[in-house]
Amino acid sequence: MEGSLHELAQLILNGVITGTILALTGVGATLVFGIHRIANFAHGEYLTFGAYMGLILNTGLGQNLAVSALGAVVGTALLALAVHLLVLKPLRGRGLVAMSLITVGIGLMLRNAVFMVAGPQIRQYAIDQSAVSDLGIARISPGQLVAIVITVVVAPAMALFLGRTPLGKSMRAVADNRDLAAVAGIDVERVGAYVWLLAGGLAGLGGTMFAAVQGAFDPNLGFEVLFLIFTTVVLGGIGSAYGALVAGLVLGLVMELSTWSGLAGGLEARFKPVLAFVALIGLLLYRPQGLFGRARIL
Amino acid sequence: MDFLNPAFWTFVAVVAGIYAILSLGLYVQFSLAGLPNFGHVAFMAVAAYTMAILVVRYAVPMPLAAGAGIVGAVLLALILGIPTLRLRADYLAIATVAGGEIIRYLAMNLPDLTGGPIGSIGLLGPGQIAMYNGDWLAFLDRIGANLSTLVGVRVSRDAVAAILVWLLAGLLVLVLWRCERSPWGRVLKGIREDEAAVTAVGKNVFAFKLQALMLGAVLAAVAGLLLAWQIGVFSPEDYQPTLTFYAYLILILGGMNRLLAIPVGAIAFSLLYSGTRLLNFFPLSLIDSGSRAFLRLFLVGFLLVLLMAVRPQGMLGNRRELLLER
Repeated sequence: MEGSLHELAQLILNGVITGTILALTGVGATLVFGIHRIANFAHGEYLTFGAYMGLILNTGLGQNLAVSALGAVVGTALLALAVHLLVLKPLRGRGLVAMSLITVGIGLMLRNAVFMVAGPQIRQYAIDQSAVSDLGIARISPGQLVAIVITVVVAPAMALFLGRTPLGKSMRAVADNRDLAAVAGIDVERVGAYVWLLAGGLAGLGGTMFAAVQGAFDPNLGFEVLFLIFTTVVLGGIGSAYGALVAGLVLGLVMELSTWSGLAGGLEARFKPVLAFVALIGLLLYRPQGLFGRARIL
Repeated sequence: MDFLNPAFWTFVAVVAGIYAILSLGLYVQFSLAGLPNFGHVAFMAVAAYTMAILVVRYAVPMPLAAGAGIVGAVLLALILGIPTLRLRADYLAIATVAGGEIIRYLAMNLPDLTGGPIGSIGLLGPGQIAMYNGDWLAFLDRIGANLSTLVGVRVSRDAVAAILVWLLAGLLVLVLWRCERSPWGRVLKGIREDEAAVTAVGKNVFAFKLQALMLGAVLAAVAGLLLAWQIGVFSPEDYQPTLTFYAYLILILGGMNRLLAIPVGAIAFSLLYSGTRLLNFFPLSLIDSGSRAFLRLFLVGFLLVLLMAVRPQGMLGNRRELLLER
């Protein structure tokens, strides 16, 4: 029983970390979806880009992980803004599928550009993954420690930003109803650009966090979690920022906790993503507006 | 790679025909009914795996196993369609993305069922080589022998496959041409343009959408079976989401809402795609072949963005009936 409880604490820790990454990246994706009506298939590649920005700063230039993560946030935010201004904004108004296909193309270009520049080999940050600290009830790797610190700082800051600041409120307003927001005097264009900065920055942060927690990664890092990010967006209700914050945490926790051996032996770890898919289909059947969305005509 | 090697180009022709059939499925779903399916490749994967498992493990005859593969793909269409088709199009888009990834993930992680990462060759477990396409190759050889005596020249196996695949593609184009002009096809187009209006005249929009999704799944399954037979060995890596986007590219290359343009799009795409294999002259020869594979996918992405930007109606597109505003 003792061991089982230790395992539970460990899984909760892992779940909170995975959940925070999904929550933060999901907030970006859902706001972009709500404001620009784009299912951004390149979102995973923004994570990859962030992870490699962090890698360059960390192993190439010898910066510590915090500075590297900050650099990744800024770099990825600028990348997302550049893609918006150079490609997506001039081409907008072509409908959901056309815009999404354009982001598919951008994603393919970004991923393969990273492959060409950085090579397909598996990389890791210059952190000593073996220096595990024992917290008595759970053990924590340095990568997880960084992720926990980011979680504790960024997730509440994000909630405050969305709830208290004028810009955060404007973003939620435009995502909810663009025309109404414009009529209320919100500069929709400006908010539209800022939301890409925010989504890009959060994706860059998520990418470095994933890379630090996983320990080893390759240029497929972001693409492999894209469908989990999309699942987070739907679980939270498309366009709902708070929904995505909570849904990401719930999804991360549920996926980790499902493997707990105290739970009738637990699910095999490799079936975690399948659980996310089952949750997605089940939710769409019974609560299509998302966990926290209001029921309205979809 | 030799430019003038006929065997290479025959193989390209076969694959182009298979891509054409795959894209026809997407045509029914997306161009006719307006359903954004981003997980088309999953239908191919389900059909191929079902067929291969039945043939290898249970010695089921090829036609029966192929039928079961198609049924499998239709079941997947039902699983994805029933929860999402009553909702806004975004939901189907996301459910199909997730569905496609889950199928590939399962194929990778259920080695006892699917052979795992090494693919169909491992279906009988380690140490044994599993082959599922013996009947298909024998079938091709029989036709090839008959054709050879008929025309007096030896006809290669791939040439027979190319002829068969393109005959089937042509037949399917004709069938869909008829379907599109039937009352059924007009309802689908109506749903694409204005769902509320179609509901108002008393049509069951959900049922029509589900039918379109299922028909598209059947076509993708046929393409999946043909591709599996043709390549002989497949693994989960052969069902990357990029394959779905190739099908979209073919749809756009030919012309978004032109049925007859799909074969043209498939040929154009295959020429472009295999053409980039020949990009081994200076200065590109300085890049090693591994990086060139990435360069090729990079160019596919670039082409997709460029086409959507400058010519969303495609080469032979129909501007009037261009419907991207969804």
